[in-house]
Amino acid sequence: MTVTITTDDFDVSAEIERLTDGNHDIGAVASFVGKVRGTVSGKALNSMTLEHYPGMTEAELTRIEAETIKRFELIACRIVHRVGTLQPGNNIVLVATCAPHRHNALSACDFLMDYLKSRAPFWKKEALADGTVHWVDARESDHDALTRWSESRS
Amino acid sequence: MSATNQQSTVTIRYFAWVREKTGTGSETLTLPADVSTVRDLALWMQQRGDGFAAAFAKPDAIRAALDQKHVAPNTKIAGAREVAFFPPVTGG
Repeated sequence: MTVTITTDDFDVSAEIERLTDGNHDIGAVASFVGKVRGTVSGKALNSMTLEHYPGMTEAELTRIEAETIKRFELIACRIVHRVGTLQPGNNIVLVATCAPHRHNALSACDFLMDYLKSRAPFWKKEALADGTVHWVDARESDHDALTRWSESRS
Repeated sequence: MSATNQQSTVTIRYFAWVREKTGTGSETLTLPADVSTVRDLALWMQQRGDGFAAAFAKPDAIRAALDQKHVAPNTKIAGAREVAFFPPVTGG
């Protein structure tokens, strides 16, 4: 059950091999890989830069991983998330979940990504080929119903 | 600056466009006596100066953490060593 934040690329096969090696209770491995797409709303992307909150990133991903393991009774779990400047086609994130059977492994992978998308402290900045640079806006659908600031609250 | 019996020092961190607008990634502050919650601090930021006013112009757009854990805006800061302000996250 490990979490790695890195600027380096990861090898999906090697990560899964390392995760499952010798553990013959594992009957199912589910995984998700997020990659940098080459276009944003039809416009060409030059690069994407991921900022994060050192300290909280590891802590939050560890919490998310622990919650997922408990909820889906996973045997093993692995999260690798890259930071820094990435190019179209580059890997961003790997999530791998292991269980005796496929239902828990697959559901855990889905849950973990939803949780990561709404809680893990990373922020993406996109540099487009036309020279514009912008911070990616979070999508409401990716987020829990977080409490909103309200100036009228006393 | 006001004299007060209850002053506490915290580290405040800023990320993404909040960091760009304030012009700093972190600072250490003595909290004003009338700042109790995370929301109070965000509203107090509005009157600090150009960059901070711009960053905190829409407090609804900003999220916060205390000691590296997500918190609701009405959470009291007292006891925390680190506060962080950032946009809704976009990892994954």
